[in-house]
Amino acid sequence: MSVVFRGGNIVTNEGVVHADLVVQGGQISGIGSGLAAKEVVDISGLTVFPGFVDLHAHLREPGREDTETIETGSRAGAKGGYTAVIAMPNTNPAQDNVPTIEFVRLQGQRAGLLEVIPSGCITMGREGKALAPMAELAKVGVKLFTDDGSGVQDPLLMRRAMEYSKELNVVLGQHCEVSSLTQGAVMHECGCSSDLGVPGWPSIAEELMVHRDIELARLTGARIHFLHLSTAGSVELVRQAKLDGLPVTAEVTPHHLSLTAELLRGFDATFKVNPPLRTISDIDALKAGVLDGTIDAIATDHAPHARRDKELPLDQAPPGMLGLETALGVTCAALDLDPLAIAQVMSVAPARIAGIVDRQGNLPRVGVAANLCFVDLNATWMINPETMASKSTNTPFVGRQLRGKVVHTMFNGDLVVRDGEALK
Amino acid sequence: MKHIRSISEIGKAGVLAIVERAKQMSEINSRPVPKVPALRGKTVVSLFLEDSTRTRLSFETAAKRLSAETMNFSVSTSSVNKGESLRDTIETISDMGVDAFVVRHKSSGIPWQIEQWTDASIINAGDGAHQHPTQALVDCFTVSEAFGVDSFEGLTISIVGDIRHSRVARSNVEAFAMLGAKVIIVAPSTLLPPDVGHWPVTISNDIDDVIGTTDILYMLRLQSERMDQGLIPNLSEYGNRFGLTEKRVSQLPLNARIMHPGPMNRGVEMQVDPSHLSQSLIHRQVANGVSVRMAVLFTALTLNDDRDHAIQGLSKEAAQ
Amino acid sequence: MTGPDVHRALSRIAHEIVEKNHGSDDLVIVGLQRGGVWIAEALAAKISQIEPELVVPLGVIDVSMHRDDIDLRPASQVAISHIPCDITDTTVVLVDDVLFTGRTVRAALEGLNSFGRPKCVQLAVLVDRGHRELPIRPDFVGKNLPTKNSDEVLVSVDGVTVTAGEGK
Repeated sequence: MSVVFRGGNIVTNEGVVHADLVVQGGQISGIGSGLAAKEVVDISGLTVFPGFVDLHAHLREPGREDTETIETGSRAGAKGGYTAVIAMPNTNPAQDNVPTIEFVRLQGQRAGLLEVIPSGCITMGREGKALAPMAELAKVGVKLFTDDGSGVQDPLLMRRAMEYSKELNVVLGQHCEVSSLTQGAVMHECGCSSDLGVPGWPSIAEELMVHRDIELARLTGARIHFLHLSTAGSVELVRQAKLDGLPVTAEVTPHHLSLTAELLRGFDATFKVNPPLRTISDIDALKAGVLDGTIDAIATDHAPHARRDKELPLDQAPPGMLGLETALGVTCAALDLDPLAIAQVMSVAPARIAGIVDRQGNLPRVGVAANLCFVDLNATWMINPETMASKSTNTPFVGRQLRGKVVHTMFNGDLVVRDGEALK
Repeated sequence: MKHIRSISEIGKAGVLAIVERAKQMSEINSRPVPKVPALRGKTVVSLFLEDSTRTRLSFETAAKRLSAETMNFSVSTSSVNKGESLRDTIETISDMGVDAFVVRHKSSGIPWQIEQWTDASIINAGDGAHQHPTQALVDCFTVSEAFGVDSFEGLTISIVGDIRHSRVARSNVEAFAMLGAKVIIVAPSTLLPPDVGHWPVTISNDIDDVIGTTDILYMLRLQSERMDQGLIPNLSEYGNRFGLTEKRVSQLPLNARIMHPGPMNRGVEMQVDPSHLSQSLIHRQVANGVSVRMAVLFTALTLNDDRDHAIQGLSKEAAQ
Repeated sequence: MTGPDVHRALSRIAHEIVEKNHGSDDLVIVGLQRGGVWIAEALAAKISQIEPELVVPLGVIDVSMHRDDIDLRPASQVAISHIPCDITDTTVVLVDDVLFTGRTVRAALEGLNSFGRPKCVQLAVLVDRGHRELPIRPDFVGKNLPTKNSDEVLVSVDGVTVTAGEGK
């Protein structure tokens, strides 16, 4: 069975080329003009990207299957153009043991919509007290370790984790938040939090930990990846660390590139997220960081929550927002990126950080796995929470104009999304 | 005005109108029979999900003097303790036929969240550290009564204490400034909210810098838990730096007045017995609470936009 | 009615009040906010001219909180009641400019009750325009003025005018 995608613009190492692309046996078997195959899909006007890779999604299974399952999360990802998603370990039980890791991976394979790659905990139960059995987890394929949801507070424990991770050749992902500075925090600490009378989450609480971990990386030589950076100060710290040649990488979420703390004035917990939405100047610095490569990747921090939980009082509602289905549209609406840069931040760099370049994050060329997405870069559209694939509806992007829409997604040679509809 | 939730939503004209209305209510309260049928047939629910005595009583008294039916719903008797969500609670009570909710909650923003779940008027009786608009209206009425003015131009009002955690401070800063007063907030930096350069106030860390020039000294309650949170070293140091002492009373200008929203922490922010102070307006604040809350209930339940539509179709026959 | 007509009518009513009450010394004049207030003031002044030794307390009453039609007619303007003495066992003369449906007077009667229990309440109006909806009858009338329900009646010290309203 072979398929030819006819007349698209293909993002390749040689730039964007107007050509046909043939997929056979799960691989790209030809790129050129006038190619033929059994099945023909007209993709004129669409741009062909390597399937996107999300470094940061909460799929909620096991534990909160009422808000998302690996299947519904995978479907949301596929609709967003993703062919691989790193599943965050704050499940219940947490992903600090081999059976849970294997379960998550298996559920992903059962859904068969994209590759679900479990991350592992740095500490047991993400409690920040004792290291998780990282070697055991690395042996079953875990490449990225994180306590996401909270940061590793103890500098000694973090130093040990870095030393240990280095010999295992894995990456540590840090959720940067000095928790004693953010007790009870509801939103960014600013004039708005003062007006609303809610405890603030100051930028310094993130920057202190970014700074600490950069210095620990300098000391240990370990690879550290900064999750969901949100402040101008963090961007500057990472920029300097990279200039110093340190092995650090960083990601930013689409919502931190596009939304500000002022949205909390209506007391709608949809806009409550951790780290919190910040200011225009933070957004500007984060955008500049993406454009100059200080920030390597766009990651969604897709965090489904039940409606009844988001309807709690603002100070009690859980933080987090959906992201998988809107990531490209929000990013392109916020940032003017050329197709190569989009491929870089959405696919190539995250695949490299996640250690999965053998099968994901490769610009289309003959012989690589057919993990692709086909995007109408000029489409403008709006999200309808009722028709989203996610089991939850807590998207903050209702009513906002998004730019760039995923039309088809191909995972391992199979079309899993066609004309914006998931095929399974 | 359907909802009474924050001073900025009420606006200057609204604040003035409610203060004016409160004068009328004050006269009713002075009658031998202080009760009028104005809100006959209306049902007012007090939904106090945080402890309160004076505000709840003053609202209930206000509702009764206007002949409204009152339903009382407090944490101890409610199914909120049985895990019922706030939404379910609001929807259930609304189904019983309710015209207004008077809501007190420890979280900021509740009056805006529950708006989605009911058609009734919402009166904010205090949400977290956010707003306490009826207290601010009481205080504006009290100042207006004491100084015999509607505009506060030329008055300097110093609000002293835990501004950071105070909904009273947030509402009063807005309301006093709206009516033209110069407002000074006085507190140690740890009890000031961050980044409030946009507030219409000047900031001071020293009560003794402002006491000689202030017309109204507005003392806030200092809760002892602030000490446990490390915001102040201890209560006596706070009392010495920011409390109202005999000496400080003597330094107030001749016609200055002292206010406090209650309940007072004697020996901390109040080191003098205010009942012995001729400058004290504290009893007036309590007494005016009922009149102002009558004005608030009357305004929300008879002067709201929904009703204006119904009125437009009618002839003027009732007007004569 | 012209200005002088109004003046003459008020003088007559003042005399009628004194006459009907036999110069009694427990009279209280209470004007209805807002249109009845100036008329009450004028009547009180004239009564004290007629009977200089008589002290007639003058009060005002706002009935907006007592209306039965508050939902239809919001009391957007604030007016304040002031009754200068205890009215229990007095004779209260309620004063208004125009008597129409009677609902305002009903509200005023109820309002008076929260100040005390008068021995007797009498009603003086400058204009009775008909269209009563309640069993209420004035004791003293300046002028009976037939009107249409939709007409507007304007009363001032300069006279009384009737303008045709939008007919229903």
